[in-house]
Amino acid sequence: MRQRSRKRMIIINRIISYILMIILAIFFLFPLLYMISVSLNPSEIDIVNQMSSIKGFILTTISIENFKDVFDRMPFQRFLFNSVLIVGTTIIAGLIVNSMMAYGLARFSFKGRKMLVSIIVALIIIPFEAIAIPLLLITNKMGWLDSYQVQIIPFIANPLYIFLLYQFFINFPKDLEEAALIDGAGWFKIYWKIVLPLSRPVLASVAILHFLMQWGSFLWPLMVTRGYTYRPLTVAMQTFFGQAPIYWGDIMAFATMMTIPVIILFIFLQNQFVKSVATTGIK
Amino acid sequence: MKKAEKSRKKIYKQRGFKQALPFLLPASILLFVFLIIPFFFAFYLSFTNTRLISPIPPRFVGFSNYVRMLGDDLFGKALLNNFYFVAIVVPLQTIFALFLAILVNQKIKGSTTFRTIYFLPTVTTMVVVAVIWTFLYHPEGTINAILSFITFGKWEPIDLLNTERIAFPAIMLLSIWQGVGFQMLIFLAGLQEIPESLYEAATIDGANKWKQFIYITLPQLKNTSIFVIISTTILAFKLFDQVYIMTSGGPNYSTYTVMLHIYNQGFRMQNVGYASSLTVIFFLIILGFSLIQRIFLREEREVF
Repeated sequence: MRQRSRKRMIIINRIISYILMIILAIFFLFPLLYMISVSLNPSEIDIVNQMSSIKGFILTTISIENFKDVFDRMPFQRFLFNSVLIVGTTIIAGLIVNSMMAYGLARFSFKGRKMLVSIIVALIIIPFEAIAIPLLLITNKMGWLDSYQVQIIPFIANPLYIFLLYQFFINFPKDLEEAALIDGAGWFKIYWKIVLPLSRPVLASVAILHFLMQWGSFLWPLMVTRGYTYRPLTVAMQTFFGQAPIYWGDIMAFATMMTIPVIILFIFLQNQFVKSVATTGIK
Repeated sequence: MKKAEKSRKKIYKQRGFKQALPFLLPASILLFVFLIIPFFFAFYLSFTNTRLISPIPPRFVGFSNYVRMLGDDLFGKALLNNFYFVAIVVPLQTIFALFLAILVNQKIKGSTTFRTIYFLPTVTTMVVVAVIWTFLYHPEGTINAILSFITFGKWEPIDLLNTERIAFPAIMLLSIWQGVGFQMLIFLAGLQEIPESLYEAATIDGANKWKQFIYITLPQLKNTSIFVIISTTILAFKLFDQVYIMTSGGPNYSTYTVMLHIYNQGFRMQNVGYASSLTVIFFLIILGFSLIQRIFLREEREVF
């Protein structure tokens, strides 16, 4: 008797959970699905007329007209190329440079090592926003304004990622490296051939965090880019959005093209994404 | 055997600064040039009247930028707005994130899928999020329609982002929508660290779910919560992208924030000196919150 009522409780609990989860899923998905739906709607009049009713959500005709418009109105492929180039280069260079520093701190013993680690930890606190203006003056003096390097080089080294990698290397068994040393391998070879391949999970986590930060970067490219040539997608999106006349279909097509690839990438790398976010919490 | 021992000792001797230097150099140079120098440069600039583009060489002006700040009504307004944002968003987002984490932490089918869905907005760039929600907030748009529906037509459709009292809460909503997935995952990691045995013992003692939540889950999540609260607070102070794109700080400065003020002063009006003094204050605020976090987390460690 008692067991039966307990079982019933579990089932009721489960039903309530599902209802809640579905309602919340609608809350989180609705704006994104609406974005896609509007982007596929070829009639700007329909979009505006139906935006307050459920009709706006259900498409009668599906067309890629808006996507074509985006390419006609703006060099979207250029911005996409810029974003991919800037983010890709920063992440790859960042992985190498930051992991080298972390390895240097974790595996070598020298005077001032502890102090260097403390400095890295202290640097984590400096928000980018607090150095944006002096950095603008410095990069301006270097003649870097409106370029790729101004969006890449200052963002390669990052104290948070150095610290995350350092923590990983510190807890990493030394046996393999020692064996290789006895065999006469140099430090750089050991780092490149043994340490990096064995650190893939943590490198992936750091790469993902770096990606989220760089891909969404808006303030800095807004400050340092002028024309279309070096602009990333974020600033291009804002410019496109601000251009009159406002065609919501075109805007949402732009937004969709910017968002869907990242969402697909995220779904593929899901578990790693989750881990990378979790590691930031364990500071 | 002896030989191996010897060579091992030799290896340890060879792990000095000289060997480490090539590993340390690239990152050290980059951090020095693009983080440490600009950081100290900001302090220096805050005592000058430097302009972005100017033929006149900058002059040292002492504390006058900081004095000017005291009489800067817009800065006061921006600072108040930031605190308003923190006061609303931080508690709401933290509780919401914890709720989501507990919901998807249940061992029921499909919870991973729901976790993925709740995280999607976080993967969506804030610029895109701002644009989508501007569409939803349109005077004839979805949000007005929903408000009108749930108030049985009492709600008159308005331009939400152009109404002084509503624009900021409207931006808060999408900020929570975008950011909560990230905090949810951090809570989820924290929940999974709690030993199962604690709950088993409590169940034997006859504690119900609610009591287990109050006496086990919450205390065990203390560190995670402190981290989530402080990091949300810091992010709230950095508020820029949404307000820049959706309202540019309006209407009547009701969504104006410190970062927007720094941007306008330093970049638009080219008052680099003054903007730098604002930046220094902004940094001190963030430093304050970071130190509070460190103190709390350290105390916790000492107790154990």
